[in-house]
This record gives sequence, C-alpha cells and structure tokens, in this order.
Amino acid sequence: MVAISPDETAQWDRAPRARRTTLMLAALLGLVSVFSLTVGAAGTSPWAVLADWLAGREIGLADRVVLFEIRLPRLAMGALVGASLAVSGAVMQGLFRNPLADPGLVGVSAGAGLGAIAAIVLGGLLPAGLAAALGYYAVPVAAFAGGWASTLVLYAISTRRGRTSVATMLLAGIALGALAGALSGILVYMADDAQLRDLTFWGLGSLAGATWAKLAAAAPLMILALACAPMLARGLNGLALGEAAANHIGIPVQRLKAVAILTVAGATGAAVAVSGGIGFVGIVVPHLLRLAIGPDHRFLLVNAALLGAALLILADVIARVIIAPAELPIGIVTATLGGPFFLWILLRKRGVLDL
Amino acid sequence: MLDAKDITVRLGHRAILTGIDFRARPGAVTAIVGPNGSGKTTLLRALTGDLSPDGRVRLNGHDIASTRPWVLASLRGVLPQATPLAFPFTAAEVVRLGLMGGVEAAEDGLVPKALARVGLAGFEGRYYQELSGGEQQRVQLARVLAQVWHPMAHGRPRWLFLDEPVSSLDIGHQLQVMQIARDFADAGGGVVAVMHDLNLTAMFADAVTLLAEGRVLGQGAPADVLRDDLLSRAYRCPIRVNTTPANGPYLLPHAAGQIAAE
Repeated sequence: MVAISPDETAQWDRAPRARRTTLMLAALLGLVSVFSLTVGAAGTSPWAVLADWLAGREIGLADRVVLFEIRLPRLAMGALVGASLAVSGAVMQGLFRNPLADPGLVGVSAGAGLGAIAAIVLGGLLPAGLAAALGYYAVPVAAFAGGWASTLVLYAISTRRGRTSVATMLLAGIALGALAGALSGILVYMADDAQLRDLTFWGLGSLAGATWAKLAAAAPLMILALACAPMLARGLNGLALGEAAANHIGIPVQRLKAVAILTVAGATGAAVAVSGGIGFVGIVVPHLLRLAIGPDHRFLLVNAALLGAALLILADVIARVIIAPAELPIGIVTATLGGPFFLWILLRKRGVLDL
Repeated sequence: MLDAKDITVRLGHRAILTGIDFRARPGAVTAIVGPNGSGKTTLLRALTGDLSPDGRVRLNGHDIASTRPWVLASLRGVLPQATPLAFPFTAAEVVRLGLMGGVEAAEDGLVPKALARVGLAGFEGRYYQELSGGEQQRVQLARVLAQVWHPMAHGRPRWLFLDEPVSSLDIGHQLQVMQIARDFADAGGGVVAVMHDLNLTAMFADAVTLLAEGRVLGQGAPADVLRDDLLSRAYRCPIRVNTTPANGPYLLPHAAGQIAAE
C-alpha cells in the first residue's frame, strides 16, 4: 500500500518521497476505481461495454443500468466520502495539534449525525415551500450545520489562550458525542414508521444507496471542502508551532482556524449525511502517511485524499463481494482490515509515534 | 525604531504592566531584565503583538495592532521561551517553517546555513522531539534567523525578539547565541531580548530596561541600570555590582549579603 522505508532519517528532505507517494497513490486510486467498476453481483463487464460503445453498438439496458446507475455513482460516492473523511481527519489533527483528533472520535460525526437525523425526522415540520426547495439538500445541509456547530464548540471549549488541551478536547468530545447521541435517540423515538425506515438505511454506514441524485446533493459540499483543504496546508504547518508562533511567522491564525473548522464540518457533514458515518478512515490514513512521508501538510492533505478514496473504494468492493449477493456494512470491513493493520504499524513504529 | 508608549496590560483585575514606555533602536541589543513575575515576558508579548495592550506599539512606523501578520513577519522574528511541537517534524522542516513568513524564501540553502549558524550543522534530518532542550531551543533560533536572515531589508532594519534565549543552554552556547544577537545588531538589525542572566546582559546589551512589579525601575545604558541600589530593590536582595577594569560591570552571587526575610 504505502511504502515505508525503515530508514526515515537518511535524507533530510522528505519532499521528493512525498511527491513520489502522490503519484503512486494516484495510480492506486485509478487501479482500484477500474477494479470497482468490474466487480459486482451482476456479471457486467465495463470492458465489454466499452468495446460495444467504441464499435458503435447499442449498449444493453441492463448493462447500462448496472454500470452507470449503480456502480459509477457508488464509485464516485466512495471516492468522495473516503477523501473527505481522510482529509477531515488530517485537517482536524493539524488544527488541534494532536494526532488523536478525529471527527469520529471527538463528537463531530455525532453532531453531523444529529443534524442528519433531525432533518429526516423534523423535516416534515418545515414549511412546505422551504422543504421543497431544500429537497435532497436538507440532510447534507443539516449534517453540515451539526458538524460545524460541534467542531466550533469543541475548539472553543478545549482551547484557552492559544493552547489546545488534549485532555479537555477528548473529554469535551466524548461529552458532545454522548449529548448528540442522546438527542438523536429522542428524535428516533419520535420518528414514525416511514422515517424509521429512512433512518435505518441512513445509519447502516454504507454506500449501497448511492444514486446520482444523492450524490448531486452531497458532492458539492465535499468537493468544496476538499478544494479548500490544500489552501490550509501552509497554515497548518505553522500551527504545529502553536498559535502565537504561527502568528509570528505570518499566518492569519484566526482566519485559518475558521476556514479549517468549516472545511472539517463540510467534509464530515456531507460524508456522514450520505454514508452514515464510516469510522477509522480519518485517523488511520493521516497516521500512515505521516509515518511514510512526514507531517508536512502540503503533501499530507493531497495524499490523504487519494489514499482515503482508494481505501474506501477497496473496502466497498470487499463489502459487496465477500458475502454476495448480500452486502456487509462497509464500516465492518474498514475496521476488520484496518484495525489489525494499524496495530501492526503502531507496534513497528512506536518510536516515531511517541514523538 | 521600536517605540512603545504607555503600555498597560491587565489580566482579570490584576495589572501585569502599568504605563510602560519602551524604546529600542536598530543596531543595538536592548535587554529587558527583572525578577520572576515582573512582567518581562508580558512586555515582550505586548511588543510582538501577541497581546493587545492599552497604549501603542510602533515597529518601523507600523502600528503593531493594525498590521497584518505577514507584514509583521517580514519585519521581525520572535523566539519564544520554549516551543513544544506537534507531530514529528525534522529539524530542517522546523527551520523551513521560518521561511514561510520571510522574504528569503527564494534563497538557496538557507536551512542548512541557519542550522550551522546555531552550531547544529548536520542536524537537518534529526527529529525535533529527539533533540535535547538546548538543541530544540537552538533549532527554534535557527528558524527565527531564517525568517529574518538579513538584518536589513530594503534599507530598513529588521528585528529579533528573544524571550530568554539562553535559558536552557550551557555556557558555551550561551555565549554563541548572545554573539549571534550581537552580530545581528552590529549588521544594522534590532534585537530585543528578555534576559535572566545579568552578567550576559552587562556583556552584550547596549541598553537595559529593568522591570519590577510591572513598572519600569530603570532604563538606559547597562552601567546606569545595573547598579547596586536599583538591582537590590528590584530583586529584593542585597546585590553588589563589581567592575572589571576593561569591560564594565559584573556581579557575583557570592558578593550578595544575607537575604532578608520578607
């Protein structure tokens, strides 16, 4: 997956290696994407379809539906959700100057989830005109608002005089997550049968329901957040020195924090809205990359997006073929495969991680 | 020219600094001394714009409060007392962070040059967190030097603000770091340093501001400020300043009398 050379310190400039890694990950993403299009319950082959299309033949309806209405939106969704989760993790860890910060761990996903659930359950209470105008956007927008509010509260609580306390952050995150979970529970209790069905589908943590319509609602937010992320890279590097020192080297810290929080909220919110919150990607991907190429955000963010997308697409492929024609929730796949692998990395690289 | 007028800083109801006037000129090392808790670091933070005090601070004519961070970053570097770092950056990567704000970014090979300047040649690939406290402090100094590598830019002086730059260093490196500050000033830049060591202050500073309980007790040339009466009052213990024939005042803790109970 990612090449980790045992000799980290031989050459002090890690930039060339980071650039090579970017190329490798881009190739990996391409490979995994093609693989994902060829695999599935139906025996459709994209190559046969491509050959038909090149030869000018009519493409069969079944093939067209499987390829363009099922596999392609699912692929796009997987790539965007994976990239969003990995980049939110990396940005959040940079913002909090702590490798434990992860939207799933510190309550941001729970806040986004609360927003999504509120939109599903209470959406009917909106004036009809507004509800119609929001349409498919209601859930992602509400999830974004929930994620934004919880990130903001979390940062405000855990940062005092420019120093973010890890202990406070984790404790406040747990409290926020519990509160959001409880409020979500109340909303679920209030939901009627049709809403419960929607909620169950949403909460599965799966890409199974990916359609172009859903994608159209959530993708703009994720794409916007992903496009903002590289602009944060230099600032997040400076922030590793602390807020005061970051300011001394010329970084407009308050603006940086505001944009970073919006980016995390947008990416996490939209990802949670369409996939129900897939854990693990946001914390594992940035860690792996820091071990491989160092913590420089100029390379970390791009590589995290590529690796996150590739990993989630791969996990989705496994989720849908391993017990075909049924499907495993993708969260189970990421955790069963990622957990042991991550532990193995930790064991090998404890020295560096303790730094 | 650094010109601060009537600086007052309050934390809660307590005044940390009261009505401080402070000036520093380019080409000189200006030291801020005083006992623990006298407001030295707070004054430095007010001068660098970390705090927004009552009063006004102007650096090369720019009002600190309303100047954008990247403009200030091109004018001055700031060395904090200690800088805990998140994530395993290497020494070279830390120094490179300093290049972000400066105008030297295009200059080749500045990272190894800055590390060599602080006596850490060959440390480029070492993890910052694996270095000793004194080495970390010098890596940070290299970062700050890289930010304002040339003491003059476009005919105007640039500034170094140092908060206890020698606090965790051995005597050899104390002298080396103070000499770096001295050279920076001699080349036309301005240096403002919070100092604990009065002997190094006497040796390297051109001007001294003595603080006690948030007020200025003395200001001027070292020989005018490092006097028995002022120091004894500020530090609340009897201090005898001695003079070597050639080099101005020095003092020995041995020469202090019995410390009076408070």
